[in-house]
Amino acid sequence: MDFLEWATSPWGQRVPIHIAWFLIWVAVIAGFLFFVVHATYLRYFARPREFTGTISPAVAARIPEHVPRHSLTARLFHWIMAASMFTLLFTAFLPKVGVQFPWVTYHWIAGVVLTASILFHVIHASFFMDFWAIWPDRIDLRDAWRRMMRFAGKHEAPPDKFAKYPLENKLYHGAIIAAGLSAIVTGVFMMFRVRTIFFPRNPYLFGDMTWGMMYVLHGLAGVGLIALIMVHVYFGLRPEKLPITKSMIFGWMSRDFYLKEHDPKRWVVETSSSPSSSASPAPDSKGLEGRGLTDAV
Amino acid sequence: MAVIRDVMAAFELFQPASVDDAQRLLEQHGPDAWVLAGGLDSFDWLKDRIKKPKVVVDLSGIGELRGIRAAGSDGIEIGAMTTLTEVVNHPIVKQKYDLLAQAAELVASPQIRNQGTIGGNVSQDTRCWYYRSGWPCYRAGGNICYADTPEGRNREHAILQADRCVAVNPSDSAPALIALDAKFVIRTRKGERVVDAEDYFIGPDIDITRLHILQPGDLLTAIRIPSTWAGAQFYFEKIRDRNVWDFPLMNVASAMVASGDSSAGNGSAQTIDRIRISVNAAAARPLRLKVVEDAVRGQPRNAATGEMAGKLAVRGAIPLQFNAYKIPLMRNLVKRAIIGSGAAARSGAEEATWTS
Repeated sequence: MDFLEWATSPWGQRVPIHIAWFLIWVAVIAGFLFFVVHATYLRYFARPREFTGTISPAVAARIPEHVPRHSLTARLFHWIMAASMFTLLFTAFLPKVGVQFPWVTYHWIAGVVLTASILFHVIHASFFMDFWAIWPDRIDLRDAWRRMMRFAGKHEAPPDKFAKYPLENKLYHGAIIAAGLSAIVTGVFMMFRVRTIFFPRNPYLFGDMTWGMMYVLHGLAGVGLIALIMVHVYFGLRPEKLPITKSMIFGWMSRDFYLKEHDPKRWVVETSSSPSSSASPAPDSKGLEGRGLTDAV
Repeated sequence: MAVIRDVMAAFELFQPASVDDAQRLLEQHGPDAWVLAGGLDSFDWLKDRIKKPKVVVDLSGIGELRGIRAAGSDGIEIGAMTTLTEVVNHPIVKQKYDLLAQAAELVASPQIRNQGTIGGNVSQDTRCWYYRSGWPCYRAGGNICYADTPEGRNREHAILQADRCVAVNPSDSAPALIALDAKFVIRTRKGERVVDAEDYFIGPDIDITRLHILQPGDLLTAIRIPSTWAGAQFYFEKIRDRNVWDFPLMNVASAMVASGDSSAGNGSAQTIDRIRISVNAAAARPLRLKVVEDAVRGQPRNAATGEMAGKLAVRGAIPLQFNAYKIPLMRNLVKRAIIGSGAAARSGAEEATWTS
């Protein structure tokens, strides 16, 4: 079974031309298997989660009823990116599974929208948002270790509550960056092979082998995104994650959910009074524990 | 690239005696099966070892696919395996649907028309030599068009509706059938399906690896021509490099019903009541020029209308490096199809010109 399709170039060189299309189904099946395994685990095997620390009533009282989580700009970016990503996936893969329509123009236009929105996001996140909030920090790594040990039945202290984004959210963001940027960079070059309004066609921009690898990378990133987005949608629809999903629509999450899942010291919510940095965690706070990847993705 | 010629790769040959058997075989073997009609396109592929099907289904023994018969009171039905010579010589075709006879008579040479079938002619593959040489182009499942490059040999290629691939459909009978509003009868695994002639063909934007809608397992069984355009005024013209026999650089077919006095001067006394017009070898599919039809309906049949139609027909054309000549060629062909072939009718009509 070949994962890539190969061809012989006019110069007699054996070159890859694209991924084998059965990988589309591999990604879809992998996504569904993840749903089944994860949902089964949560339903029958997961133990209640535990967190270290408590939040003093004084701190809790200062948390507003609606905790702002995503600005309007960030939400608009997210949904524009989502729309363009779905358009890209459907226009790329539906024709490969037998649904035929003139897809190329829609595909590259959606790609341009995605690229523009990502460029905007990079600037927005770098200069107008807390850039480091989405990257794993030392506490995330320590807590990941603790959670793994506890999952394995070892005696280990419970993890802290989450910062603004749980580790799984951060890792997912990293995976999306890797797959998304691979698809975008290769896709921009691939636009030189079709007629667009941006630049003249130049199919000889690279050699056959380089082009072949570019198509392969684009395809791998594409099928990877199928699975990643299936997982993202799955978590977005899980009942315990709905507050996070709603926050991407309305911009805020409830105080109760915030206090249950997040550490006011790690995710400081601006209030009209003093910041919540005076919150003093106590060691025995209990929530739900051991759910691994259930945390927001 | 080394090509082994004249020695076909081994395949399993089936020679069914009925459409049912043929369709069952095609369904059974799916994409591994190759449909053999007259063999004139097929043997190029097989001998050059560019296509290596595991199974070949030879339709030549199926009697029900041959012949031209009346389709009730409404036109005729031509079996897909009817040879082009039979089409050309059939009295009803000559009398009522002479457009098809004209088109079929200009296909290749007499020997080829004796062997080639109407079904094969409309279903043949493109002549793009990069593709037919076995290069890994888009149409062959690859990721490049060798013809649409600065140095690509693309004199014969598309000026309209190109989408990555710029190959053109080479059929002569296809535009005539579109102009006659023919219906194609297809046997699929779900039963019989009848599609308009223009919908039988698809461009690379829909499927870059095929020129028609037939899926593995499907079989074109017949072509029905309704009486709608029987006895209309027809025009067919094919431009080719070698008039002895060649594929078209472009062709045009029109069926027109006009009213008024055709004997008067330049023909402007006639009014175009109804018209269907189609060109081929301008795109990957034969194009029905619906916009032109709408624009000229109700107009006087004269040089001005022809000129307007020609300009309209090439709107949106994008020439490649070596085929800009096709734009004035198409303008002129459409114009002539509107005006007609008579010298009197063409008086006052200026031809579009092109210089390299």
